[in-house]
Order: sequence, then structure tokens, then C-alpha cells
Amino acid sequence: MSDYVPVLIYAAFIVAFAVMSLGVAALLRPSRSYDAKLQNYECGAEPIGQAWVQFPVGFYLVALVFLLFDLLAVFLFPWALVLRGLGLAAFWAMALFLAILSLGWLYAYREGILEWK
Amino acid sequence: MDAALLPLAPLVVVAGTTVVLILLDLLPPRTSKVHLGVVALVGIVATLVSALFLWGRAGRAFSGVVVLDNFALFFDVVICYAVALVLLLSLDYLRRNGMERGEYYILVLFATLGMLLMAHAADLIVIFLALELMSLSLYVLAGFFQARLTAAESAMKYFLLGAFATGFFVYGIALIYGAAGTTALDRVGAALGSATRDPLLLIGLGLLLVGFGFKISSVPFHMWAPDVYEGAPTSVAALIATGSKAAGFAGLLRVLLSTFRGAQPDWTALLWVLAVLTMTVGNVVAIAQSNLKRMLAYSSIAHVGYMLVGVVAGGPLGAGGVLFYLLVYSFATAGAFGVILLLERGRQEAVNQDDYGGLAARHPVLALTLALFLLSLIGMPPTAGFAGKFYLFGAAVRSGYIWLAVIAVLNSAVAAYYYLRVIVYMYMRDQEGVPTEPAPSFAGRLALGIALWGVFQLGLMPAPVLDLAQAAVAPLLR
Repeated sequence: MSDYVPVLIYAAFIVAFAVMSLGVAALLRPSRSYDAKLQNYECGAEPIGQAWVQFPVGFYLVALVFLLFDLLAVFLFPWALVLRGLGLAAFWAMALFLAILSLGWLYAYREGILEWK
Repeated sequence: MDAALLPLAPLVVVAGTTVVLILLDLLPPRTSKVHLGVVALVGIVATLVSALFLWGRAGRAFSGVVVLDNFALFFDVVICYAVALVLLLSLDYLRRNGMERGEYYILVLFATLGMLLMAHAADLIVIFLALELMSLSLYVLAGFFQARLTAAESAMKYFLLGAFATGFFVYGIALIYGAAGTTALDRVGAALGSATRDPLLLIGLGLLLVGFGFKISSVPFHMWAPDVYEGAPTSVAALIATGSKAAGFAGLLRVLLSTFRGAQPDWTALLWVLAVLTMTVGNVVAIAQSNLKRMLAYSSIAHVGYMLVGVVAGGPLGAGGVLFYLLVYSFATAGAFGVILLLERGRQEAVNQDDYGGLAARHPVLALTLALFLLSLIGMPPTAGFAGKFYLFGAAVRSGYIWLAVIAVLNSAVAAYYYLRVIVYMYMRDQEGVPTEPAPSFAGRLALGIALWGVFQLGLMPAPVLDLAQAAVAPLLR
């Protein structure tokens, strides 16, 4: 447990610093509020309408298919780097993995996920 | 098969079947999907056979994170029986509800893979992976009848509460990793035994118990069960009540009995309270239910309480009793859900006890079948329920938990009221309203037959299976 004491002290300092600097600033600064202060600072578009908007559910499916390829890439790169040392067994293991992942893609394709409606 | 993969044979068979199912689902015919169910069933039976074939072997795979021992194999058998019954019941239940889709069987097999992996897991991360694989599939299955509002409620509630419980579980893993420096179950156990007791380990265990408690629906983490069972397709409710509960107990028992054996006094006190609460709340609230699916949900909560009695008692008798009881409970509960499923009309109407008035006069065999399953859940002598309860409560007495056994027996007496009430409706009331007609399903009747065989086989000759159950927990207690 004693290993965590520095973490606790550090956390206490962080909280104290934030509270103190914000508190002191709030006490010392003059308070003059006008509309321009509430607008986006320098960058970003002015917000129009509510943040709660509805997205077409199709985006979600495309994101899932993207995830499939993403996963593929994450595993393929380290595999490609060490393949020469690992030999044929590693090749077939990855082939099986690719086959199962491609099956997922094939399934998504046949279910018509890529046809944007 | 590769020698390194041999310990994984049951998992490999299920995973392979799932891949085949995905392929089959893409091929014609696009309208009828019964053949997918049959292939899934063949895969599950092959898994069952492979588990029986591997009995007695021990091994590890993937750097020791997946383990093969009799404990895992016993759970493989329980889960495969439960899933096989569910698949048999589903075969034309889906068609009757106009929801015959290939995804159903694929998801059931994915959930099964998660359950089996949970039984074989020897690392907290693998337990987490198994838990998620099982849960995510079940969340989708719970809302499978999408057109109905209760299905959406069921899936949403199950998902939100499940995700919340998973959060606790992961936090528990993180704390245990922080204290022990490893997620491998045996090395966590060694860290617990050697060092001065780190409170973080116990806090972590407490959080794990929340996660497991949710999966096995023990009080106070049971709130989701009745709503989920009511809204989910009845076959899925049966799967959640039997298979996923068995998987939850597999993880719970391995973590408690083997890894956290050093902290036994701490968690027995906690589980003592949980067991009493779970039994009592489950049984008392079940009395007020008129919807049979809700009644079975609360009854399943109460049965979790009985099984927790066995966990508290510990030792080969208590823990072996839990394994035996899980098998007994799975047969009777899957059977009872099966009868409800056959009698359902359209979109899950006719599941109230009023609809069962005079059933015995119109369909004597079906009424008798349901009566026998309910008698097994009560624990009447010739059925398996009696043997299961006898061993559980006997183990509690022998370990010195007399009061726990007394409370459990009193609870069983309370439970008899609401089970017998259904039997009274079937045999002594007249029918009201539209008479319920069972669906003409051969597969469904076959499932009921198998469940009935299990209830009597385990009731009349419990000793061989109980010996196997005790042999199964032996590697954990060593």
C-alpha cells in the first residue's frame, strides 16, 4: 500500500493547484460579462442547433466493417516483421485468422451493409 | 489436430461449427434456416462427445491462460446439455414466431463458445474475454423478437446493467493486477498466500464478485432477471437461466476455491449473507408472480441461493454438490421453459398461470411433464432435485453451517407453494378463455424427453454423476 503514497500526494497537489489558481483568479479578476466572451475562441464554427442529432444507423455498420480491416492491419504488421523467423506455422496461423476475418467481411457484404440506402 | 490444441478440443469444435454456420447462412436457401439449427446441434453434440472423450486429461494452452482439467470438462458437459436442449427447442419455435434467421444459431454458438471459454479460463483477462463474448451474444439474443416492445426493454436492460457489472469486473481485475502484479489465477493465489495481506486484493475480489453475482443473478444483482426472461424469446430465457448461469458459476468457483482459497474466511462470511438473501428474496417474490416466465426467473434466483450454500460449505462435498446441482437444475429449468415454449401462442401470449387451467384434462402427458419438472425444482424425492438439494444442504451441515442449512430448507418449503400452485391450476382448475394448444413440434418433444430422462436419471442414480462432480472439483482443492 505504501507504494501508492506518492501517487496520493501528487494527486493532492494537482487538486490543490487547480482549486487555488482558479479560486484566486475568481477573487482578483473584475467580472464583466458580454456575449462575445461566450463565443468560440479563434477557431471552430459557431454552433447551430442542438448537439443531440440523429445519425443514420448505416454509419454504425460501416464503422464495424472498418474495425474489421483495422484489426487486420494491427495484427498483420507485427506478423510481417517476424514472419521470417517463425516459419510456416506462423504463416498458416495467420492464414486461418485471415480466413475467419474475411468470412466476417463476406457476411457483411452478403447482408448488404455496403449498399448505402 | 495439433497436439498443442488438444486441450482446447471442445472450444475448437464449437468455434469451427460457428464458422461453418456463418458460411452456410450465406448460401441458399435464404428462406429456411432449419438446417443451420441442425448443424449447430451436431456441433454441440460433437463438443459434448469431445469433452467426455477428454475426461481425466489435464493440460494447458496459449502460455497457460487456457486450462484443461476435469472441472472445465464437467462444465463443458453441463453447458453442452443446456445448449443442446435450447437448440432443439428453438428449431421450429423461431418459425412459429416468424423470426427464422441464421443469426440466431450463430449467436447461440458464439455465446456457447464464451461459456466454454469461461470454464477453461486460467487468467483473469481470459475470464473477462469469455464473459464479454457470452454476454454480448446474449444481449442481442434477448432482443431477437425485435418487433415487440418487451424485447427491446429486455435487451436494453440486460445490456445496460450488464455493461455496468462488467465495469465493476474490470475494475476488480485492475486492482488485483495492481496488488499481485499478474492476472494469472495461480500466481494471484500465490501472491495472496505469501505476502502480508494486501487489502487491494480483497477489494478486487469484492468487485469480481459483483460481476459474477450479476451473471448468476444473485441478490442484490438480480433485478434484471425477471424483465429479461419475460421479454426475451423463451428459448433464449432458458439459455440465460441455464448455460450462462453455469458459466458464471464456473468462473466464480475457480476464482474462489482455487485462487482465493487463502481468503476463505473473508468470502465465506460474505457469501453466507448473499446466499440467505438470494434464496429468500427469490422465493418470496416468486410467490407474487402470475406470469410463468417471471416466476421461473425468480425461482432461478432462489436456486442460485441454494448453490451459494454449497459454495459456502466448500470442500469436495460442497463444491461437488454445486456442480451436481447445476446439472440437475439445468435439466429441470430448461424442461420447464420448454413446456412454456410449446404452449405459447403467437407473440408470447398464454404464459400466465390462468392459461394453464385444466391443461391436465386436455393434454395429460404435457401437463405431467411440466408437473415433474416443477416437482424436481421443489426437490421431491424420486426426481433429481431431491438428490441435488440433499447433497448441498448435507454439505452445509457437515461443514458446520447448521443455520444456513435450516434457512435453505425453510426456503425450499416456501418455494413449494408457488410451484405447486401451477400444478393445482393444471389439475384442479377449469380452463378459462381460449384453450392453450401445444405446438406440434417433434424436436421440442425430444428436448422435453431428454430433460425428463436427466431429471430421473440423476434422481434415481445420483451417485455416479456426483462422484464425477467431486472428482471434477478435486484439482481446484488440491
